[in-house]
Formats: sequence, C-alpha cells, structure tokens
Amino acid sequence: MAYAQPHPRLSVVSNSSQSSSTDHLSPTTSTRFSLPSAPSLHAPSNKAGPNRPNIYDRNLNKTRGAEVSSAAFAFLFSEIIQYTQKRVSGINDLERQLNTLGYRIGSRVLELMIWRAEGSSKAPKREIKLLSVLVMIHAQVWKAVFGKAADAIERSVENPDEYMIIDNDPPIERHISVPRDMSQLSCSSFTAGIVEAVLDGLSFPARVTAHNTPIAQFPNRTTILIKLEKSVLEREELLK
Amino acid sequence: MVVFSLWVINKAGGLVYQRNFADGLAPLTSNEYLVLAGTLHGIHAITSRLSPMGSSSGVQVIEAETFKLNVLLTVTGTKFVLLTSLADTNADSILQKVYDIYADAVMKNPFHTPEMPIRSEGFDTRIGLLIGTGQT
Repeated sequence: MAYAQPHPRLSVVSNSSQSSSTDHLSPTTSTRFSLPSAPSLHAPSNKAGPNRPNIYDRNLNKTRGAEVSSAAFAFLFSEIIQYTQKRVSGINDLERQLNTLGYRIGSRVLELMIWRAEGSSKAPKREIKLLSVLVMIHAQVWKAVFGKAADAIERSVENPDEYMIIDNDPPIERHISVPRDMSQLSCSSFTAGIVEAVLDGLSFPARVTAHNTPIAQFPNRTTILIKLEKSVLEREELLK
Repeated sequence: MVVFSLWVINKAGGLVYQRNFADGLAPLTSNEYLVLAGTLHGIHAITSRLSPMGSSSGVQVIEAETFKLNVLLTVTGTKFVLLTSLADTNADSILQKVYDIYADAVMKNPFHTPEMPIRSEGFDTRIGLLIGTGQT
C-alpha cells in the first residue's frame, strides 16, 4: 500500500504551499485546530436567548447517550463529500481533506471521552501502552462515534509498525457507492482522521489511512491502517 | 405474479433507470425506452389535468390485455413504474420499497447527480435482492 500523500499535519506546518486546498475548511485561520469564530462566547447570539444557556455552558454529560439520526448524518456526509470533491484535484487530495475533517472530530472525541470516563475518578489514568490504546480505539472510540465496536484489530505480518482496525460495515459508508473509476477512494478516510487524532492526542503519532478490503460477505469491509512513527515503537521497547 | 420491468422517470420526464427482470416483454432499444418513458410522462400529465373532481395525482395503473403498468408518483415528481402481470397484487408495496431503496442508495450517495441516470452499485444490488428474477 503506497502513501503518496504527505502527512496531513505537514499541510498545516507548511501552509503556504497548501493554502489552496485547505483554505475552504478554515477560511480565517490556517491550523486544523482552529475553532470556528464563536461569537456566542462573548456576545450571546440571539439564538441562545436569555433562558437557553449557550452551547459552551451546557452540561457535557447531557448528551452522553444521545443519538443522531443516521439518515440526517448520511445526507450531511454526502454533502460534505460533494463539497470537498469540488475543491480538490484528485482522490489522494480528497482523502486527505476527509482525513483533516475527521481529525477535528477525533481530537474532540478523545477529550470528551476521557473527561467522561476519568473526569470524576479519584485516580484518573491515561493509557500509555500501545496495545491498550488500540483496544480503546477499537471498542470505546468506535462506540462513542458509531455506536458499536469495530470488528477486529490485526497486526501486520510484514511490518511491525503497522496495525489494522477492521470494520465490516462502516455506518458512514452504508449508502455510498463509489463509482468504478474512483475505486481506490475510501470515504472512511474520515474515520482514519478520527483515529489519527486520538492517537496523536495520546502521543502516539501515526499516519492513518483507510482502504477498501471487500470480502464476499461484507462488500463494504474497510481496513483502517495505522502506521506508527518510529519513536512510538522505540518508546514501547523501553516500557517493556 | 411476474414482475417484468422497473423504470424510474425523473421529474422532467427523462428515464433515469430501466431494468428488466422476467422475460416476456418485447425487446426494445434504450432509445425506444426513453421515448416511451417520455410519452408516459405526458400521459401522466394529461390524466392529472383532466380530473373532473379537483386535483388528481394522475394515472396509477394502466391495464393491458397481457400486463399492467403501475405508477408511483412521489411528492418530488419522480415516478416509479413497475410492469407486472395482470394477476399481480402487491405492485404497490414493491414500488414503495423501491422508493425506500432509492431514498437510501441513490439520494444519500454523494456520487449521484440528481436528475441524472442512476449508476449506483448499491441501488442495483438492493433492487436485485428485492425483485430477484421477477417470479414470485
């Protein structure tokens, strides 16, 4: 599997060369961590009203078990892909943009998940072992984002720095039929971005990509390929 | 009960999907299908204008000697047409399911352009599962 695209974070560091492809995502600032300008923080917008607390004041646990209509999300995601596709020059570019969008979600998911799990704990802990991090992504992150655990974690036989998370039927791709001339495209690059952000947030920098690996029983089966940076493996050696 | 063919006609009268299931229909070229779909669109418009009792949703079934043609008109103007044998009684429920599948596999697919011919593997597969070879 080839990695033609540069690491997505590089597009932020050297933004000058990438500005044309990233500016539609964050028109005002150049980093992927930028918050959208939030007027409600300073001047309560008319939507928030006097009786309704604005979104930043709401209790984070209120939406813990909340669910989103999958049809509404399917339309939104479809529109995101159409919007992005109009502004990129190829499949690699499209996947990188979806990855960037997922990254913004992943960093928030991680923060929220840890806050909910450890926030009230007397001895909050943080995962530092690679395997437990992978298991956490496979089970907890997937549950938080998709409402179900992923189907498998595998370790690459050839490359010790590669791990794979496999989803037999990714909910975000359920209604998407990729045309034949774009068959390498995997819309789960969005999920790859989420995984990458979670790994990054836990200091396991990695390059994460998504690949279609259909089998007869699951035509939508998708593999999220995690290629860890060398430093992670070296640290893992030391921790043993 | 035999299902011969399924057509999807967009709101402008263009045929965006056509698929045959059971054998038995006279073979036509794709151009002829386009003309027939356009004509049906016109007939549908006439029937909805002619109604003596106020507004009408137009023709729903056309019966011929050997088959019938069932039409489902959606609120957006897309028409689903199912060609079945005369004995068929559940054409309406099949059409409703086709509409369901269309909403899922076509409208939620980012690679589909509205009003253009439907080329979606997911739609093909699910229609195939629903109707199969057309024999029930």
